[in-house]
Amino acid sequence: MRRFLRPGHDPVRERLKRDLFQFNKTVEHGFPHQPSALGYSPFLRLMAIGTRSGAIKLYGAPGVEFMGLHEENNTVMQIHFIPDQCQLVTLLDDNSLHLWSLKQHGGASELQEEHRFTLKGPPGSPPSATQVTAVLPHSSREVLYLGTESGNIFVVELPSFRVLEDRTITPEAVLQRIPEDNCNRRSCELVEALREHPKNPDQILIGYSRGLIVLWDLQNNKATHHFLGSQQLENLYWQRDGSKFISCHYDGSYTQWPVSSDNRQPEPLENTVPYGPFPCKAISKIYWQTTKNGLPYIIFQGGMPRASYGDRHSISVIHGSQQTAFDFTSRVIDFFIIFSSDPAAEFDDPSALVVLAEEELVVIDLKSAGWPAVHPPYLASLHCSAITCSHHVSNIPLKLWERIISAGSKQNIHYSSMPWPIDGGTNIAPDPPQRDLLLTGHEDGTVRFWDASGVCLHLLYKLSTVRVFLTDADPNDNMNTLGEDEWPPLRKVGTFDPYSDDPRLGIQKIYLCKYSGYLAVAGTAGQVLVMELNDEDAEHVVDHAEADLLQDQEGYRWKGHEKLKTRDGPVQFEAGFQPFVLVQCQPPAVVTSLALHSEWKLVAFGTSHGFGLFDHQQKRLVFVKCTLHPSDQLALEGPLSRVKSLKKSLRQSFRRIRRSRVSSRKRRGGGGNASEVQEANAKFDQDALQEMELAPVQRKIEARSAEDSFTGFVRTLYFADTFLRDSSRHCPSLWAGTNGGTVYAFCLRVPPAERRMDEPVRAEQAKEIQLMHRAPVVGILVLDGRSTPLPEPLEVAHDLSKSPDMQGSHQLLVVSEEQFKVFTLPKVSSKLKLKLTALEGCRVRKVTVANFGSCKTDDYSENDLAVLTNLGDIQIISLPFLKLQIRYPCIRKEDVSGIASCVFTKYGQGFYLISPSEFERFSLSTKWLVEPRCIVDMPELTSNNHVHNRSGTENAARKS
Amino acid sequence: MNRAQRGAAGSRGLGTMEFGAEFRRFSLERSKPGKFEEFYGLLQHVHKIPNVDVLVGYTDIHGDLLPINNDDNYHKAVSTANPLLRIFIQRKEDADYSAFGTDTMTRKKNVLSNVLRPDNHKKKPHIVISMPQDFRPVSSIIDVDILPETHRRVRLHKHGSDKPLGFYIRDGSSVRVTPHGLEKVPGIFISRLVPGGLAQSTGLLAVNDEVLEVNGIEVSGKSLDQVTDMMIANSRNLIITVRPANQRNNVVRNSRTSGSSGQSTESSLPSSTPNILGNLLQGEEDSDEEDIIIEDSGEPQQIPKAAPTSESIESLSQIELLHESTQNGFLPSSEMNLNHSAGSISMEYEVPEPGRKSLEEDGTIITL
Repeated sequence: MRRFLRPGHDPVRERLKRDLFQFNKTVEHGFPHQPSALGYSPFLRLMAIGTRSGAIKLYGAPGVEFMGLHEENNTVMQIHFIPDQCQLVTLLDDNSLHLWSLKQHGGASELQEEHRFTLKGPPGSPPSATQVTAVLPHSSREVLYLGTESGNIFVVELPSFRVLEDRTITPEAVLQRIPEDNCNRRSCELVEALREHPKNPDQILIGYSRGLIVLWDLQNNKATHHFLGSQQLENLYWQRDGSKFISCHYDGSYTQWPVSSDNRQPEPLENTVPYGPFPCKAISKIYWQTTKNGLPYIIFQGGMPRASYGDRHSISVIHGSQQTAFDFTSRVIDFFIIFSSDPAAEFDDPSALVVLAEEELVVIDLKSAGWPAVHPPYLASLHCSAITCSHHVSNIPLKLWERIISAGSKQNIHYSSMPWPIDGGTNIAPDPPQRDLLLTGHEDGTVRFWDASGVCLHLLYKLSTVRVFLTDADPNDNMNTLGEDEWPPLRKVGTFDPYSDDPRLGIQKIYLCKYSGYLAVAGTAGQVLVMELNDEDAEHVVDHAEADLLQDQEGYRWKGHEKLKTRDGPVQFEAGFQPFVLVQCQPPAVVTSLALHSEWKLVAFGTSHGFGLFDHQQKRLVFVKCTLHPSDQLALEGPLSRVKSLKKSLRQSFRRIRRSRVSSRKRRGGGGNASEVQEANAKFDQDALQEMELAPVQRKIEARSAEDSFTGFVRTLYFADTFLRDSSRHCPSLWAGTNGGTVYAFCLRVPPAERRMDEPVRAEQAKEIQLMHRAPVVGILVLDGRSTPLPEPLEVAHDLSKSPDMQGSHQLLVVSEEQFKVFTLPKVSSKLKLKLTALEGCRVRKVTVANFGSCKTDDYSENDLAVLTNLGDIQIISLPFLKLQIRYPCIRKEDVSGIASCVFTKYGQGFYLISPSEFERFSLSTKWLVEPRCIVDMPELTSNNHVHNRSGTENAARKS
Repeated sequence: MNRAQRGAAGSRGLGTMEFGAEFRRFSLERSKPGKFEEFYGLLQHVHKIPNVDVLVGYTDIHGDLLPINNDDNYHKAVSTANPLLRIFIQRKEDADYSAFGTDTMTRKKNVLSNVLRPDNHKKKPHIVISMPQDFRPVSSIIDVDILPETHRRVRLHKHGSDKPLGFYIRDGSSVRVTPHGLEKVPGIFISRLVPGGLAQSTGLLAVNDEVLEVNGIEVSGKSLDQVTDMMIANSRNLIITVRPANQRNNVVRNSRTSGSSGQSTESSLPSSTPNILGNLLQGEEDSDEEDIIIEDSGEPQQIPKAAPTSESIESLSQIELLHESTQNGFLPSSEMNLNHSAGSISMEYEVPEPGRKSLEEDGTIITL
């Protein structure tokens, strides 16, 4: 027992730890993965998105967002807001209904699931009898009408979900007054749409999938009108005054029907196939919006000519002579129109079209000429092109921030200036404490700069490196420019473009110096670009150098991709970060590590072959160091040979399968009758199963050796001004760590500023440390005399950090995947270590120094290591004593891409991808917490509020 | 060629020696035996064989032939002389190593078990009986005295060996006795031994042995990948505790057990003892994992431990704390310090039991 009271469990420290560390997953940034349903409340001005994994997310004004998760994790099929309430109903694909409420709790609103309900038919009835296909929340807010596959419409009370059986609308009742020739039980199968009359809450329009439409009087429980459509029905829409409605159909047509008291069985006013005359795809949803000038907006989804444009995901807007078919790069899930919700208003006056596509949210401004897109403040498609790396920079100086925003605003001129139309709720979160940038590198050679200060991850600026290179696809060759009289009038919208022209352009490493505005990015084909921020467009030549990392080695052949070809002559760059130096590694292997020292004007880069140092002031290569083991063919030949070996192993396994098939056939013997064959098959399956059980996954236990593959892979590079050779003089140094557990230290001589251009930068290898456990080195750090990590370049010059202590002795921290080790400097002797893998069986995947402030007092903060392991745990380890402080499970260990994508901030927050399009934000700090905090108030109810029930969205989701 | 010497160690001892058929007898000062090297020189001088490498052994009070190759066992030998000390000298190149230890005819089984008892260590610390330097440790069974007899703790010395560890592990399930009766629990098993690998050549590990601990850390609850990583992280000095699939070769301890317990049924690992040892193993292992530094393209050198300056004394104490805190949660130990002081000695002993004999027949080299 005594040991538990030892200082390791010092109660004072334990208390302090509680003031410093706290784990929270705070907010999900980006676009929901696999959205499946959309809802909108014009009353709350909130939008809801459901996903295939059962999540439901509500969005209003920037910063207003809520998230809920259905326990079942089933696909959300439909979302309906209850008119004039802070409530919504979701329908899942397991036919369950869920009632969610926004409730205020502790000064902020929260989304809670209140009730769930599954419609049950009489015993023995088929499941289709109660399979819900259409949901209508009535404006009385007391009942839900549920249309089913069987044609029955059930009525359930809210919020209890009690079925009011006596009010069920049966097909039999509907058919009573229908003319004989249409009186067919099958005409009432499957309720496709339910729509309440906009002026008279006692009437609802019922649309059956075979084309029959009925206006039903709820008071008298009878059908008042019948509309006999000849085509399979897709959807219905009431015009604002209730005198007409529109039906849209499977054959790509829509029909306008009059509703008057004198004709109980009216003929259609107009039947149009907008993209006829050739066969067209279905129009699955339609809006008819009235305007003051008399010309309506007709907005519908689909309807494209089947043969030529059947594969397009389009939404067409027709307004008088203007017609545009917005063409989306991914499937349209659903859409809604934002229009005047004032019940007294005579016209709809639509202002915006909001489209949820599978991979992005697109909002079109219908008020401005040309119908430009609106730049969404949230739900950014992070994955427009696949994310290949991320880099976070905390506490951006205001000047740089403004310059980046200004560069970005020049890129956004084609966006509408309309304020964000979905603006419900109030963001009550405190202002973000500082300006943070998240930079994402993408497969298409772009780097996106995101405002990561607050809850809304917002695109500030997009940088493309493509211009520097000659690629197969000419950027001027725009496939989307269509002639004036092109028909249909397609217009590409959205930014999602998953197809990369050339994977070599992919960005692998990013380093931004926030003080100088220098940016270094490195990519898949060994390219390293150094850039400077320029507020103006400019045309200039990019200096080009090659770094031959295999200098001393001969007779090797690189079998991977070729290096990128560069453009000759000056290149036109838009305002923003403009490259001025390009270094290309030879062989052009992917750049695996990158470091930039903006004060010394040096950039270091590493690949699987070695590393190099480039002086970007003098534009001169200082040195290269080959780290490749001569026998390491795999690393040498590049990615292709790995593909080959994969192919080989695939081929082998196929061969194995074939062999086992053959042997099973033999076993079958001569008998040809079916039962025998079946038996043999069963036996074979059983044998195969047994074989699988007998040969489970095995793991080879072998010590790492110098001859292993990829030991020369450079994992980390680090610049430090420290005592490398003797304890009296410190000097600039470059440190590199490899996959094989080797650390190289180079002593650098950087000429003083006044002679910086005159004398060359010199480098000399001073130390080489071989860790005997040979695990990959993932981090190198020098601690000053006060055991504080050395500041970043220029941090001291900008008075943002204390000068490092150069009096006391420095220490070197080497983090490998398995161990943390502290060595003394300049004479390297081992001081202490933490053997993480030996103790816990986990390996270090990511490590960063983070500063943790106390939530109790402003004057206490400390530096610790934030570590993510291959098991998805986050551990905080103290500096300089390497004591484990706390451990939190964060990412599932199976989620390899999530773990690989994780990036820590300098103040104890972090991001990782939970899907290709979403970052989860988490916080380890009690002090730095960015999470949504917002409030949704019930807007003042107008006296005559029933008009609100025309909830802007009627879901198009149906049986499939 | 054997040489034997009888040394009588009294206040003035007389030594007899045998060289081939040759004996020498001479005296030693029991109270001031001096250093082993001096003694070795004396022997060479007495026998007039100044440049011949020899192995020196003596018979202890139980009649066992034990080696003399350092100050400690030399002092021990002298102190046990009663009054005559019989010393045997063999020429090194044709030495019969198996002459030492169990093969001595009059050997009593409990000798080493007595030595292994912790209280014995306290009285006689630093007794290191080991083979001459030109023997390389390859593997050893350790901690026999504290493990259940159904378990075996095996140390694989990768250090200095060019043999691969050479084994594979897999997931599996084993049956355990729990308070709720027999339960099937997931476990990690050895699935394959690579021919010629260290694991196979020791003969101490076999396919389907269940892995219970890696360097003192229990593997239950850990995934195959985690255990793999732990083993690789410890690969330079890997200590695996297994429950052998074949329970017939288990070590039977006469000193502690009575009768049939050698064939004891499956018993669950006592949770406390192995972990204590585990901790010890972790600490002990540090010595043989020295990183290497090359300064200014000079010769590779081992990185020394930092001298504990006034500043780093603080940090060292912190390391110890760290060590504890990281292991916390599965480290209930009041005996810890005791074991710490008992130190690394017990680890180094080979256990002279029947189980070993069969192994020797396989030609396996086992360290003392």
